[in-house]
Amino acid sequence: MLAAKLPTALAGKLSSRCCRLVSTLVLAEHDEVSLNPITLNAVSAASKLGDITVLVGGKNVKKIAEEAAKVENVKKVLVAQDKKLEGQLPEYMTNVVMAAQDQYKFDSIVASASSFSRGLIPRVAAKYNSSPISDIISIIDGNTFIRPIYAGNALCKVRTKAPLKLLTVRTTAFPPANLKGGNATIGDVTNYRFPEYAPEFVKQEIVKSERPDLLSAKVVVSGGRGLGSTEKFKLIYNLADKLNAAVGASRAAVDAGYVPNDLQVGQTGKIVSPQLYIAVGISGAIQHLAGMKDSKVIVAINKDPEAPIFQVADYGLRADLFKALPELIQAL
Amino acid sequence: MKTSLYHQLLQVMRILVGVKRVIDYVVKVRVKPDKTGVIKENVQHSMNPFDEIALEEAVRLKEKKIASEIIAMSCGPTKSQEVLRTALAKGADRAIHIEVDDVKAENLEPIHIAKLLSKMAVEEKVDLIFVGKQAIDDDANQTGQLTAGFLDWPQAMFVSKVEPEANGEIDGGHEVHRLKLPAVLSADLRLNEPRYATLPNIMKAKKKPLVKKKPSDYGVELEPQIEVLEVTEPPPRKAGIFVDDVSALIAKLKERGVIA
Repeated sequence: MLAAKLPTALAGKLSSRCCRLVSTLVLAEHDEVSLNPITLNAVSAASKLGDITVLVGGKNVKKIAEEAAKVENVKKVLVAQDKKLEGQLPEYMTNVVMAAQDQYKFDSIVASASSFSRGLIPRVAAKYNSSPISDIISIIDGNTFIRPIYAGNALCKVRTKAPLKLLTVRTTAFPPANLKGGNATIGDVTNYRFPEYAPEFVKQEIVKSERPDLLSAKVVVSGGRGLGSTEKFKLIYNLADKLNAAVGASRAAVDAGYVPNDLQVGQTGKIVSPQLYIAVGISGAIQHLAGMKDSKVIVAINKDPEAPIFQVADYGLRADLFKALPELIQAL
Repeated sequence: MKTSLYHQLLQVMRILVGVKRVIDYVVKVRVKPDKTGVIKENVQHSMNPFDEIALEEAVRLKEKKIASEIIAMSCGPTKSQEVLRTALAKGADRAIHIEVDDVKAENLEPIHIAKLLSKMAVEEKVDLIFVGKQAIDDDANQTGQLTAGFLDWPQAMFVSKVEPEANGEIDGGHEVHRLKLPAVLSADLRLNEPRYATLPNIMKAKKKPLVKKKPSDYGVELEPQIEVLEVTEPPPRKAGIFVDDVSALIAKLKERGVIA
């Protein structure tokens, strides 16, 4: 009896495996209040790879799971809700992702490049002995991707033979998926155990802002060392208000303490590509250009005619920013 | 109570710091005409800036008598010894060079370094692995996290403060994590300002131990998983123009339809 059953079971398993679509797990990013829109860019990238399942982990995430279930092209949403997932520390989230992976055997795991995914994706990768690929800007096929190296001064086309593909995608390189149109089923991730060494999430201090988010803003106004002080940096905020823009900064402005570090645009800060990027009092070091040179239109206002920022600017204004900015604010 | 336990651990802390030799950050890299990579010959190289910061923090922990020993490691061709000598001059106690030939070095992936670091950490009984948050050549931002994954150690990435509470930089602000040793940390720019190696220290560094090893000494195989098919220049931007004044600027932006 048993012997007769076995081949059928095996055949069933095999056929389901060969007919199974290529499947992708997208890690949702959220703050326990709402789905972070950068998740939509990851979904849109993942839709080039196969059927999409979204994983939502956190302390209180039922509402976020419902939001994710409505996103276009999402077939399934997996939920892991646990007190210990507060702050979604990678040590805990890794085990949740592994439980989902071991149950559903995804071909790839994708997230938008952010502090969250950068902490988590490579840690998961180690568990599957797989080389992850960071910050892809283009998907050629299921195994071939393009990513920038050397602060965006070269593009590298790579082919992976990793047993599990773990990818972070550059948000600005993929349009967001539609927030509506999906009708995914919602299920729970089960069978995860948390590690014993238990790191503790102490607190999170988020810089509150009424302005559009840097990563998704259509217009970004950035200030550099040329502003000279925190007080004078207000000129940047005033201009941003006129344009409904997000505010960015160069490393020099952050280091000088004019603005908090999460406003930094560049190789090691945020990568933005808005419709309009206005760089004020920024010389344009390689590391800053890496974060903004894919913007559609770039404006540079600087009094140094030799500033490298002018080499990438569509429109350059050689002027004292303390004269030009008030004029600009006035005229808009 | 918890804190005192932490301090006991800290007092015997041994730190392993990973340092990478990369093209200097001020160099404008050029892609090779045959598209196999970027030109590295006769180009200024130096220690990856983030690794300098990780090393500096380790040295400061030693100066505060919190750490007992700092081991610097680098994997690459013979020239990697230059950055290890720099690390010794800045305060590392000894160095381990994992030597690979130029071809293997070109195909190194963060996962390989992470495997070496994790094996080395066990062998050397270290309590803390400290790396830079990313290397400015491959921009991968993976090694620390992979290492923590292999070892199943807690991680604090993009750290801007170690006190013993690590304060990690995240999008939108910062986060504070408390973790028990052993652990893996990666350094953000904001963590500290690295010191310069003084001439006397550079001279002293020549006498500090620098051991050469092979990946196989740690049982690690550098099997590539990722093949580089092509390296190209990013598409150039169309040359821009200078405008005379603010009103000309506004006119141009309206013309392009980027402002109303």
